[in-house]
Amino acid sequence: MKEELFVSGRNIPNIDPYLNIWHWQIPVYLFLGGLAAGILFFAALFTIMGKEKEMPAAVRTAPIIAPIALILGLFALFLDLKHKLFFWQLYTTIRIESPMSWGAWVLMAITPLSMLWVASYVKELVPGWNWKYRLLENFETFIIKYRLWMAWMIIVLSVILGIYTGILLSAFNARPLWNTSILGPLFLVSGMSTGAATILLMSKSKEERRTMSWIDLLLIVVEIFFITHLIMGMKAGSQVQIDAVSLFLGGQFTVSFWVFVILLGLVFPAILEIVERLGYHIPVVIPVVLILLGGLMFRFIMVEAGQITRYLY
Amino acid sequence: MHQISDVCQTMNESHNELFQMKTRRDFIKISALGLGAAALTAGASKMGMGFPLLGSENEPGSEENTLRRVPTYCEVCFWKCAGWAHVTEDGNIIKITGNDDDPQCNGRLCPRGTGGVGMFNDPDRLKTPLIRVVKDGEQTYREASWEEALSLIASKMSDLRSKYGPESMALFMHGAPGTHFSHLLKAYGTLNLAAPSFAQCRGPRDVGFEATFGESVSSPEVTDIRDTRCLVLIGSHIGENMHNGQVQEMSQAIDNGAVIITVDPRLSTAASKSKYWLPIKPSTDIALLLSWIHVLIYDDLYNKEYVSTYAEGFDELKAYVKKFTPEWAYGITTLKPDLIRNTAREMANAAPSVIIHPGRHAAWYGDDVQRSRAMAILNALLGSWGNRGGFFFKEGIKLPEFPHPEYPKPAWTWKDLLNGKYPMANEAPTNLVIESSIPTGDQEAKIKGWIVAGTNLISAIPLKEELSKAMQSLELLVVVDTMPMEITGYADVVLPECTYLERYDDIRATSHREPTLCLRMPAVEAKNQTKPAWWIAKQLGERLGLGAYFNYTDFSEVLDWQLKQVGSSLDEMKRIGVKKLSRESSPYLEPGTSHTFKTASGKIQLYSHELAEAGFDPLPAFTKHPEPEEGFYRLIYGRAPMHTFSRTANNPNLVALMPENSVWINPQVAKIWGIKKDQYVWLKNQDGAVSNFAVKVRITERIRWDSVYIVHGFGHHHKPLHFAYGRGVNDTELITNVMMDPIMGGTGMRGNFITFLTEDPGKEVEA
Amino acid sequence: MRYAMAIDTKKCVGCSDCVIACQTENNVPLGFCRDWVTETVDGTYPNVSIELRSERCNHCDNSPCVRCCPTGASHIEDGGIVLVTQNKCIGCGACIQACPYEARYSHPDGYVDKCTFCIHRVRKGDKPACVAVCPTRCMYFGDLEDPNSEITNVLKNRKFKALAPEAGTNPQIYYLI
Repeated sequence: MKEELFVSGRNIPNIDPYLNIWHWQIPVYLFLGGLAAGILFFAALFTIMGKEKEMPAAVRTAPIIAPIALILGLFALFLDLKHKLFFWQLYTTIRIESPMSWGAWVLMAITPLSMLWVASYVKELVPGWNWKYRLLENFETFIIKYRLWMAWMIIVLSVILGIYTGILLSAFNARPLWNTSILGPLFLVSGMSTGAATILLMSKSKEERRTMSWIDLLLIVVEIFFITHLIMGMKAGSQVQIDAVSLFLGGQFTVSFWVFVILLGLVFPAILEIVERLGYHIPVVIPVVLILLGGLMFRFIMVEAGQITRYLY
Repeated sequence: MHQISDVCQTMNESHNELFQMKTRRDFIKISALGLGAAALTAGASKMGMGFPLLGSENEPGSEENTLRRVPTYCEVCFWKCAGWAHVTEDGNIIKITGNDDDPQCNGRLCPRGTGGVGMFNDPDRLKTPLIRVVKDGEQTYREASWEEALSLIASKMSDLRSKYGPESMALFMHGAPGTHFSHLLKAYGTLNLAAPSFAQCRGPRDVGFEATFGESVSSPEVTDIRDTRCLVLIGSHIGENMHNGQVQEMSQAIDNGAVIITVDPRLSTAASKSKYWLPIKPSTDIALLLSWIHVLIYDDLYNKEYVSTYAEGFDELKAYVKKFTPEWAYGITTLKPDLIRNTAREMANAAPSVIIHPGRHAAWYGDDVQRSRAMAILNALLGSWGNRGGFFFKEGIKLPEFPHPEYPKPAWTWKDLLNGKYPMANEAPTNLVIESSIPTGDQEAKIKGWIVAGTNLISAIPLKEELSKAMQSLELLVVVDTMPMEITGYADVVLPECTYLERYDDIRATSHREPTLCLRMPAVEAKNQTKPAWWIAKQLGERLGLGAYFNYTDFSEVLDWQLKQVGSSLDEMKRIGVKKLSRESSPYLEPGTSHTFKTASGKIQLYSHELAEAGFDPLPAFTKHPEPEEGFYRLIYGRAPMHTFSRTANNPNLVALMPENSVWINPQVAKIWGIKKDQYVWLKNQDGAVSNFAVKVRITERIRWDSVYIVHGFGHHHKPLHFAYGRGVNDTELITNVMMDPIMGGTGMRGNFITFLTEDPGKEVEA
Repeated sequence: MRYAMAIDTKKCVGCSDCVIACQTENNVPLGFCRDWVTETVDGTYPNVSIELRSERCNHCDNSPCVRCCPTGASHIEDGGIVLVTQNKCIGCGACIQACPYEARYSHPDGYVDKCTFCIHRVRKGDKPACVAVCPTRCMYFGDLEDPNSEITNVLKNRKFKALAPEAGTNPQIYYLI
């Protein structure tokens, strides 16, 4: 019988018996970042495509969520920091190799941009809005003028942000479950899917809903494809990756992963949308909430399970 | 005047309080007084979010330059390594390191020595003297001044002296405080001084070697492991017993490519480093030893010149071991005959640079002197005693005693209590003193009062019932300790001693490869109201009219005087901590010269006339010992390198290293019982004794299927020991079968068998 | 200069002196540790073997903890010693996730803490506290680029291994086997 034990020294809080250094804050941060990225992506996309009129919720209404989500996400990240008063150290340097660093900088760029975006539409969203100061009025005119430029910046940054939420995890080769490059695209697609779902919920135009529903269905299919890819890649990987993915294939996260993420979070809402498309009436809130909860759950499970996985020596 | 009468009055009150308790001495937990400790503060850090914001870059160890170094020698175990206490400007001891000049540690303390800071910082330490009183019908302690506590003890001791004679006082001791109280009690007029280290530990070993070579292996042992070519460990787990110098030398021996042979039913750490591990069936060691002797003699492998020059009784030995072939031993020990022959050959090849190490804790089966004899004989046949790589002759320096009047001659001593038992006991067996404290029938007990200094008898003595009866019968029980160990709960008066880092003690004058002197001095002021043992003894002495024996105001005067007699001084020692002296005699036998061993005939006693005359086997005999019944497993106990017996179980730094013990179970046994790794189980022994607490299971291939193993010293049931309470299991409470060694009174403790209880037996724990 | 450590598993008895010497030397809060001891048991009674290892930060040449640090608090000092600057550390925990040896922990004061190879001692010419205290002298510390150093010699003459080299970290704690 093989036996491995600590003779002394190790019973460290949040490190032993297995790593649990990131709690609820990080999955929430990743979820909100992905959601904001998704919303902003579509707002920018339809603007660039010149479809502001056809897609009012995507371009105007839903982006209100983005800065709120980003600020709440950053606040969650801040709560996770153990040496909080040194937070500003993030912005004294750019560490190219550190996803955490460029994530912080991308957020630094996209959060004000998202606010400007909302500000540029504030008069359409809130009838009778008055900036009160001449300077602000001038500024509004300025940003409205350059909205297309903003859209281009936002579309690039939102894709980076979406991918970043995955790469933040996948960059750790010490955590075999995370250490796969598919995680970037997967989290991007998942974030876009939650963004699309949010737009769907907020849209009042039937045509827009139809388009968004299509897009969402497509994203779900791609996401399922990526997850299959993730599992197959792990199964074909080294022993530590095989051990890692077994957490979802009979291990302790099997039920939560297959039931909440795959069935309730992806397959079931996809079926509902298809059924709706076939002409049956389904309250839009059901698939949307399922997708949002599924996305949140997915990040919780990935963060939690990934920390358990490790190299054995 | 007013003040004095006040004191007298309080004294009388406490005296009366004490008398009310004559019938029964309840166990009192010291925490009942609210003296319990606050949360652990050692090493705690400033909480919060990490100020200062703009501080300079952290520079680890920057306080290093302002540290003061104070010489000391360690008191966490009996090895007494010399070291330095590193003290900050504000009087905090932050670390302890070894003294490079000390041959006992070579500048490297063991984990317990390094963790000695925890003893100083332990928030649970005794803080003030305590006196047992009755309050609302319940016995409890109240805090007292030193004046009151000392006067109370002195008046009680005076009473005992006039009523029963001074011999009615006895001392139980361990470590440095022992010498100060020995001096006090000798001056008072008693020689009933006992240490568990004799009958519970190394006594059988020492008596066996003395019967053979005329001297014992001493402490620290005179084993020349550093230069050995073959080290045989039989019942010694060097590396788990962290006897510093030996561990260091075993490592050197490994580097030198020495062959290590380990006999142990458990794969000890040492066994894992050995070329040969002999997984012997427990309790059959003597059979193996006899068989090794047989092989050495009948395969003509022994050192003929050495034996003919220095030993006598060879022919008797040769005839006696004729029948003890390896094939005979195989049936008993389960060790293959080839393995026995090969290992004997390895020893002979290395001879005389070979050590059959006699271990230290030798009180196993009641025939332990004989086992020790067998090991001594084996060493003699290999010629290792007095040869390089075997056993060297120690040399030390005797410090003259500080002048004092001659001790009075006691009317009787513990030897008179023997009644013909244990004829070769050369130190008082604790169990004898305990038994003599119990009245029998209409016979008054001979011993009426105890001072217990630095030893937790509750964990050290296996005879729980006798111990309890004795403590109930005493008229005075004083406990001197640094910690509220279990034994303090039975005291009439508890005296808080300061730790070794806060006091002067005797000079460590070590006899070993070379004579060394080491100083222990206070590194910082004593915490709370704690006092050094020398001060307590002197104060009691003065109150008993024995002031002439304590003719100094501070113990440093004694040390300075003693050091000056041997050409040093306290000032010099304060600077260097350790002084090595050169030896005058050769550490080894010199070829061509004769050597007189300290036996009656001057020769090594292969055949012991002394034992024959006393009515014992002159040559060691193998006796079969009981084996566990089905469902029971032999209880084997041992040491962990991070703790010293039960004494360190509350040391916060050492608790962080090893908070509890576990019971080692073979996977096959675990399977039968359906016991899982890390599960907690209770243990019950053959007499129905149940462990106070549950113990964590370690399922491991390192232990045989007929035995279990636990590390001694855990399972404290005294709540004031905040870190130790309820952690693990205390082996002593499961040792109810004690096999006495008729030769010297050793308490054999390995004949106990345990079984597992997976459900909480709901035992009430007295605490 | 390239500092490294070699630990002889044939001599280590697992006494944990390295752990407590580190704790007192560096004022590591109780309940945490910068180094620790592991035991691996193989075989079936009575054919059993054990390996004892004193483990700590491997001061990797290719250190993932330094790479992932967003502020540069985790950095490499001269001689390859991986350090954390407390006042630059924001306590994000990324480096803890990045370490395949789980050699870092979150200090109660907020910053991330780990073995420093006792750089404050090494700069003065002393050995790290764990090496200096080891009763079995099973630990060797020194400069791998110095051809005459004890550690260079011991690695030249003995069989050794490192932990999880497949993690690609190029660890600098060597175990003599």
